[in-house]
Amino acid sequence: MTTPAPHQTSLTRRDLLHSAGLAVGVVLAAPLARLAAQAPAPATPTTIIAPLDPTKTPGLPSGPLGERSPFETPSLAPIGISTGSTNTPHQRLSGTITPSDLHFQRHHNGIAIIDPATYSMTLHGLVDRPLRFTLDDLKRFPAETHNYFVECAGNGRSAYRAPKPDMTPQDVDGLTSASEWTGVRVSTLLREAGVKSGAAWVLAEGGDAAELSRSVPMAKMLDDALVAYAQNGEAVRAANGYPARLLLPGYEGNMCIKWLRRLEVIDQPNMSRDETSKYTDPLPDGTIRQFSFVMDAKSLITSPTYPERLTGAGWRPITGIAWTGRGKITGVDVSVDGGRSWEAAELLGSPLPHAHTRFQYMWQWNGHSATLMSRARDETGYVQPTLAEFRRGRGPGTDYHFNAIRSWLVAANGVVTFGG
Amino acid sequence: MGVRYVLTAAALLVIIACSEHARTSTTARPSRYGIGRTPTAAEIAAIDIDVNPAGVGLPAGSGTAAAGALIYALKCAICHGVKGEGIAQFPRLIGREPPPGFVFATDANAPRTIGNYWPYATTLYDYLHRAMPLNAPGSLTPTEIYSLVAYLLSENGVIPAGTVVDAHSLPTVHMPAQSHFVKDDREGGAIFR
Repeated sequence: MTTPAPHQTSLTRRDLLHSAGLAVGVVLAAPLARLAAQAPAPATPTTIIAPLDPTKTPGLPSGPLGERSPFETPSLAPIGISTGSTNTPHQRLSGTITPSDLHFQRHHNGIAIIDPATYSMTLHGLVDRPLRFTLDDLKRFPAETHNYFVECAGNGRSAYRAPKPDMTPQDVDGLTSASEWTGVRVSTLLREAGVKSGAAWVLAEGGDAAELSRSVPMAKMLDDALVAYAQNGEAVRAANGYPARLLLPGYEGNMCIKWLRRLEVIDQPNMSRDETSKYTDPLPDGTIRQFSFVMDAKSLITSPTYPERLTGAGWRPITGIAWTGRGKITGVDVSVDGGRSWEAAELLGSPLPHAHTRFQYMWQWNGHSATLMSRARDETGYVQPTLAEFRRGRGPGTDYHFNAIRSWLVAANGVVTFGG
Repeated sequence: MGVRYVLTAAALLVIIACSEHARTSTTARPSRYGIGRTPTAAEIAAIDIDVNPAGVGLPAGSGTAAAGALIYALKCAICHGVKGEGIAQFPRLIGREPPPGFVFATDANAPRTIGNYWPYATTLYDYLHRAMPLNAPGSLTPTEIYSLVAYLLSENGVIPAGTVVDAHSLPTVHMPAQSHFVKDDREGGAIFR
C-alpha cells in the first residue's frame, strides 16, 4: 500500500532551476545519485508560485532535459527495493506507452550497472559457431521496433490476496508497462550461429547479481523474441536491463531477462529456480502448472479510481488499458452495475499484438453509488474471468497470473475506492 | 504492332531488372552477416554456470550435511532463520508439512519449501551458486555448495543425514513434489482454467 502524493499545486525553486537548466551540476548528478541510493530527491522547503499571467512574464530558457511540468509529479512506488517490485502509477498515465522512467521494476538483487564498452552477449551451446557480440555488434544487425507490454507474472498479487479500499491502480496492477522496444531478432542471432539438431530450448541469463536464468522454448525464440537495446527511442533504462535485454512478446516479465549476458541453446529445460519453485501455478486439483509463460487477457480501469473523488454528476470517461499475451485485444466491455450488464467500450486506435490497448467508455454518472468493472476479450475468444471464476479455477493460494476482473466502488459522495 | 510489343517487353524487362537490382542492394539479406567473434573456451567456461536435472554442469567436489550445517549457520541463517523457517521476505526453506494432500492452491498460508515444492535437487546447486548469499553472490565454493545442498536436503527429510552429495549423487535424488508438475497446455480460447 502506498499513499499517493497530494496533487502539487505550486512550483519550488528547485523545480524552476531544473526546468531552466541553470543548475547543470545538480541536473547531471542527481539522477546518478538517486540511482545509486535509490532514494527520492530531497524535498526543498522553498515554494514558488507560478506567475499569475504567463503572457506577461518571459518564460524559462531550455535545459538539458525536457523536464515534466513541476505540477506533474508521477512517481514509482514503492522505492528503495533491491529484491522486489516497484510499480507504475497507471492512475497518472494516458494512452498506451509507459514513460521509460515510470516503467515498473522487478529486481532480484538490485539494478546492475553495466559499462556498454565492456558488455558482451554470448550465444553458445548447441550451435555450429558460438558467438560473442558486443553492443555495437548487436546494433549492426537489422533492427525491429515494436510496441510491447511487459507484465510481471506476480502483477495483482496483493490486490488478490489482501485487497484494501485505498489501493490505487498502481497498487493493484502496477507491474505492467508498455514501451516501444527496438532490437535484433533472436532468430537472426541463432541463424548467425547455426542451430544444431536436438536444440529445443534456450537458456537466457542475466549479468546482474542474481544471474537470473530462465529456459525459453526454441519456438518462441524463433518466432518473435528480441534482444532489445532501445526503449522508447533511447537506450534501455538501467533498471529495465541496460544495455540489452530479452523481450518475449506476451510472455511473463520474469522471462524477459534484463542485462542479458548469455543465451545457451540446450536440449531440455534447465529447471532453474524461477521455473520450478517460483513462477509455477499450484491448482486446486493438486497439480502444479509449469511453463505457464503466456500472460492471459486482462484489463485495468485507470480512471475513475482511488484516490479520485468525483465532484458531481455528469459525463466522464471510464478509461483504462487492456492487454493479452495471446495476440490482440478484440474488445473491452465496461459495467457500471457490478457486472449485471455490460457495454462495449471504445478502443482508442487499432489494437496491436502484445501491446497495451487504451479503452474508453463515456459514462453519465447520476450521482448514485456504482460499481465499475472492465472485461477484456482477445482474438482467441478468451474472456477475462470474474473474480469468482478465478477463485474457483486457481484457489486462494495461487501466486501468479492474477487476471480476474477488478471492481471500483463509486459512493454517492463521489469517493472512489478499490472493490477487489 | 509486333515491333511495338517487343519494345514494350524490353522496357518492362529493364524496369524489372532495375527494381530487382534496387531490392537486392537495399533489402535483400544474407543468411549470415558475419558479425560477432568466436569466444574462447575459457570465456565460455567462465559464464557457463548452469546445472541441469541430468547433472550437466556440476563440478568436482562433494559435501555432507554436517559440514553444511556450519556453513548454513554462518552464511544463511541471518536471512532464512536458524532452522530454515524463513524471515520476512526471505522464504522458508525447510519443512514437509502440510503432510496430507497438496493444498498450495487452496491454502494461501501453506509454506512452499524445498522439501514440499521443489521438483529437482540440481536446481539447488544451480541457484546457490549463481545467486546466494544475497550480499555476496557467486562467493560459495563447490565444496560449500555441495555441503549446503546436503544440509538442506537432509533437513527436509529428502536424503539420509550421512549422504555424500556430489556430481554423481545429486541428479539421482528424487524430490517429493516432482510428480505434481504438469506442463501448461492452455492455448487461449473461451474456457477459463
